[in-house]
Amino acid sequence: MEFKEIIIRPDNCTGCLSCMLACAAAHSGAGSLLGAVASGEKPKARIFVHRLEGKNLPMNCRHCTSPPCVEACVTGSMHIEPDGLVPNHDRQEMCIGCWMCVTACRFGAIRETGGPDSRAIKCDRQCAFETGIPACVRACPTGAMFYGGVDQYSVAGREFFFRRWLKSGSL
Amino acid sequence: MKSHDPAVQSLMGAARKRNVETVWDRHGKQEPRCGFGETGLCCRHCTQGPCRINPFGDEPLRGVCGADADTLVARGLVRAIAAGCAAHSGHAKHLAHALKKWARRVSEHYPVKDVSKLRAVAERMGLDTEGGDVRELAGRLADLALEQFAEGEYPLSWAFNHLTEGRKEALLKFGAVPTGIENTVSEMMHRTSLGVDADAVNLLKGGVACAIADFAGSHMATDLTDILFGTPKPVVSRANIGVIDADKVNIALHGHNPVLSDLLVRTARVMQDEARAAGAAGINMMGICCTGNEILMRHGVPALTHSISQEMPILTGALDAMVVDYQCVYPSLITAASCAHTRVITTMGMARIAGAVHIEFTEENALDAVRAIIRESVEAFRTRRGLAVNIPPVTSEVMTGFSTEAIVAALSKLDAGDPIKPLIDNIVNGNIQGVVLIAGCNNVKVPQDENFLGVARELLVRDVLMLATGCGAGAYARHGFLSPAATGEYAGPGLKAVLTAIGEANGLGGPLPPVLHIGSCVDNSRAVDIAVAVAKKLGVDMDKLPVVASAPEYKAEKAVSIGTYAVALGLPTHLGVMPPVLGSPRMAELLTSGVKDLLGGYFIVETDPAKAARAIFGALQERRRGLGLSVRSW
Repeated sequence: MEFKEIIIRPDNCTGCLSCMLACAAAHSGAGSLLGAVASGEKPKARIFVHRLEGKNLPMNCRHCTSPPCVEACVTGSMHIEPDGLVPNHDRQEMCIGCWMCVTACRFGAIRETGGPDSRAIKCDRQCAFETGIPACVRACPTGAMFYGGVDQYSVAGREFFFRRWLKSGSL
Repeated sequence: MKSHDPAVQSLMGAARKRNVETVWDRHGKQEPRCGFGETGLCCRHCTQGPCRINPFGDEPLRGVCGADADTLVARGLVRAIAAGCAAHSGHAKHLAHALKKWARRVSEHYPVKDVSKLRAVAERMGLDTEGGDVRELAGRLADLALEQFAEGEYPLSWAFNHLTEGRKEALLKFGAVPTGIENTVSEMMHRTSLGVDADAVNLLKGGVACAIADFAGSHMATDLTDILFGTPKPVVSRANIGVIDADKVNIALHGHNPVLSDLLVRTARVMQDEARAAGAAGINMMGICCTGNEILMRHGVPALTHSISQEMPILTGALDAMVVDYQCVYPSLITAASCAHTRVITTMGMARIAGAVHIEFTEENALDAVRAIIRESVEAFRTRRGLAVNIPPVTSEVMTGFSTEAIVAALSKLDAGDPIKPLIDNIVNGNIQGVVLIAGCNNVKVPQDENFLGVARELLVRDVLMLATGCGAGAYARHGFLSPAATGEYAGPGLKAVLTAIGEANGLGGPLPPVLHIGSCVDNSRAVDIAVAVAKKLGVDMDKLPVVASAPEYKAEKAVSIGTYAVALGLPTHLGVMPPVLGSPRMAELLTSGVKDLLGGYFIVETDPAKAARAIFGALQERRRGLGLSVRSW
């Protein structure tokens, strides 16, 4: 199966932070927002919305094809799966908290669990549940995140461009 | 599953076929819901926001002004209470004006119908009732009612005169003593604006005061409605969409205030000829939501549907007019009606909907306005003649009209000297395990009626007597729980015996229904009156009674306000939909447990109806144990 990417459409992001909340909730023991809040859990989001010069950018791990974080990880905790996923949650016990992955990541997509035994955590896609779609994508009310293959997105992009050109009447 | 109502299910198919958008479609389009809003952690009280607080400990942890999660949640909650209080009290004020206009001969359309209730209320409110002039006494009572809206020097008497001594003391000690209705609402708007009250507990105190003001407004609405239009007595009717009659001019009355609907029902009776002249077999009046409850209780006008399914009758193609006043009226009715011949007729200057036919209704022009409304409906019928209709043949039998006075009258057939005694005796001997007041709306987040039905089935079989108001009563009406036959089907042996004894003593030849319909949402005041009477008779305060309130599918701010006054009056109060308070663990704890030590009442939040019934039954048993009565396990 083709690995699906989360491709960002910054123009659609209103900065509502719903993706962050949904991400954190999906990573809670309860697996739901109200369940997590009611039980007093403090799960951490793995997607971040940044605002600069009036524009918003929802950003999480790009699951790079050649991930610098994996290169930098000396224990093998951060690794790449055959399908292209770049996780560390399944080898959390190998993480020594050296933060070299954080140093290497060009996107600031890795954060720490916090606490005396702090470890690296990041987008691990353990949030889709039965829907098959990541929690952040499901939570976005404006479609600021496209979930699918790169080529699939490109087709959509070309179509969007073509329609706009046709509409302008200059073709 | 979107609705348990077979008539609604049937018309949902029609909506799909004709591509008419319904409440369920719009609900789907609103997903995903905003998590900050769901947890009460969003603030739009100033333009530095909107501010959000992260409930999981990540930033942002405070609003721009520094308000924390507790403050945001508390402010949101008490603003909802203030809105609910404003709605019920606005309704009551409208009635007070109608009564006053009759007393001052400004409008002759609102004469006192129930003189003995007028005297009883006037006496209760401390007015001198000597002398025989009804108009003069009505004028003084209307003035006293209107005075309740302004700030006074005293605890609000329309609330405090209807409570036990113990409750008054508890509220004074808690610090929730409204001195007027509108100043209390206004104060809550002030306190929740930027940079005022940022102490969650203090805000909750203000919210409770506002809820007590809401109780005053609700009680006033019940009292004045009974005075103007008659105190309900048991009456038999039918409920659900099958009450539409294809051959008649079908008029649905939707909204809340009988100032409009009662006169419409009476006027339609004398305008049948105009309908016949248009080729109809007559005029068929039906009710939706609380105004439907008012005319069902007093005139036996059938209940059409309730709350979230209000668009569905239009899809029958046989509804000629939907006449609305205010509250719970969805603007979507216009869109649904645009796919049919139905006229949506708005009547209130303060509650118009773009696209509706507006016929301005005032107490002065009331008769002309209702005649114009009926003629507009007859015209709509003319355009419908010959067109196909699709009326699901679904109705249920309903026995209703159980005002406090009617319940006392029924009980007095068992003990004329002490009518409350048979009720107390049966609670004490365990035939009745306790009393549950079911109130509130349907909510699109719950499959329609699921929680109402689930809670009732579990509680009735365990000998819990149920009272119902509002759209909760509507759900029970549409599903046959308001019929005497339902007692045989659902009630436990103890409850069945008591209801049969009362029914037979009253010449019904069978039992009363297992769920007693006591009225509209403002008529939750009737349940309080019964609880107060029982408490006084037992010599205990209300927070000791085996009485629980429940709003299994609530949605409106009015329901938040009612729930809060139920808690303040000492009742465990179940909510079947999560309120937006979870963002503040402190507030959530306070509402579900901390407040118990202060007021005796507390909220039980449980969205699963089977678990909710268990929790309600448990709360009743805890109260029974406290009174030294026999207890049962689940």
